[in-house]
Amino acid sequence: MSRYVYKEAILDHYRHPRNYGDLPNANAQAKEENVLCGDVIEMQLRLKGDRVDAVSFRGEGCAISIASASMLTEFAKGKTIPDIKKLGKGEVIGLLGADPGPARIECALLGLEVLKAAIGERRDTKVP
Amino acid sequence: MPAADKKTMTFNVNKIRADFPILKRRIGGRPLVYLDSAATSQKPKQVIDAIRRYYTEYNANVHRGLHRLSEQATVAFEQSRDKFAQFIGTKTSKEIVFVRNTTEALNLVIFSWGRTNLRAGDHVLLTESEHHSNIVPWQMLSKEKGIKLDYLRIDDDGILNWDSFNELIKEGPKALSLAHVSNALGTINPVKQMAREAHKVGAIVVVDAAQSVPHMPVNVADLECDFMAVSGHKMLAPTGIGVLYGRYDLLDHMEPVMGGGEMIREVHLQDARWNDLPWKFEAGTPNIEGAIGLGVAVDYLSRLGMENVRRHEKDITKYALDQLADVKGLVLYGTRDVEKRGAAISFNLGDIHAHDLATILDTQGIAIRSGHHCAQPLMERLRVPATARASFYIYNTKKEVDILVKALESARKMFKI
Repeated sequence: MSRYVYKEAILDHYRHPRNYGDLPNANAQAKEENVLCGDVIEMQLRLKGDRVDAVSFRGEGCAISIASASMLTEFAKGKTIPDIKKLGKGEVIGLLGADPGPARIECALLGLEVLKAAIGERRDTKVP
Repeated sequence: MPAADKKTMTFNVNKIRADFPILKRRIGGRPLVYLDSAATSQKPKQVIDAIRRYYTEYNANVHRGLHRLSEQATVAFEQSRDKFAQFIGTKTSKEIVFVRNTTEALNLVIFSWGRTNLRAGDHVLLTESEHHSNIVPWQMLSKEKGIKLDYLRIDDDGILNWDSFNELIKEGPKALSLAHVSNALGTINPVKQMAREAHKVGAIVVVDAAQSVPHMPVNVADLECDFMAVSGHKMLAPTGIGVLYGRYDLLDHMEPVMGGGEMIREVHLQDARWNDLPWKFEAGTPNIEGAIGLGVAVDYLSRLGMENVRRHEKDITKYALDQLADVKGLVLYGTRDVEKRGAAISFNLGDIHAHDLATILDTQGIAIRSGHHCAQPLMERLRVPATARASFYIYNTKKEVDILVKALESARKMFKI
């Protein structure tokens, strides 16, 4: 797999992040920060049963962290909680279409960390 | 002969580059453009060979054995101390303590001099552009002793704000501790002028010289500082060797921070007497190869002449600042006046995250640093999460600046800025 990450698709997701902003009637959410570089990703999910009905995100960071979060929101929609729990580094690299290498892989994995944290923090009450 | 020709005769970059084996490396098929010397410098073959010679010809512990190898190792180790003493103009080599790096040198001052001499309510004066190594240990001591840390403001161009100095010096700080040259902005602080004022109120002056001693002539007597911390690895020597300079009378009254072998004169079951300076502060077997490498690095820089090093860096920094200023959307941090700055240049390009920029430049064989540069308070002051930093040294050329600028232009187009 290519080391070169700044392909058209990644730059497009960075410049035009999908599913960006608030999600009405979200019932799960999480926020994580990469303390090393200050990147922050926040996700909101609407779970129906064990299925992801809708997902949105918001964040500040580098192209790799924003694009991978954006791609993950598209990917997660319609997937089940067990599907999401199975996701790992390999799947994220697959979505990006490139391996960002050891120095930047943490940027790429931030969105996945947030997504997994969100399904673990499901709440039945409405998100304030 | 025109003046320009004279300069090139005393300072021949191509000849210097030939001494650095790593500069022949190619990264992804392109020549390495190493612009990260503020993080660590590359090493000339003279230094690498000296370390190899030590291990192949006279490896032994120092100050112990009476055999030939130990004698040779001890002589080489102590000669390096003498060379460094001469290099920064100390009165005696006893004022040169070998440590691991600048961080350890600062910690030694703070946890020895600071712990003994500071009491609850005492003020210590720092600047908001300090490296974490000149903030965090003071904070640790502050928690222990209840001392108060005051921070000098810097103006938007990175230059120290004198009003804030005049205001905070009235608090009667017991210590002024600051970087000679900022690692993130490159600003040269007017240490001598500040030291004079600080001494008038009875403060001691601690200088983090990690970014100055490798790059310009520095003389401790001229700077009028009491302590100075330096890292060897930023000045052609290996990692793991650094120097604390301290005024003899201050060091003489300080307690060691680490106990063990080497630092003692005599040990009994309940008590011990310390060794003489500087060994009192050098517990355990020291970094012998590092010290020997540092001595050779000092020889190398002395041969070039630090005035010439500074002139070369001013020249390339001015060229780089001019070229970078022409890149659309590029923001430069710090002063543009090369008389007031060193050769580390911080910048951002449009809204491209500094880490993205560093990764993109890496694909072109260009090594820069990105991030907060261990100066998070400064990043907060500049209101940026991170910056990209290109830093130059004796082996960098204007052609390399051109390669950097070209790569930035293509990154700009890629991100549609």
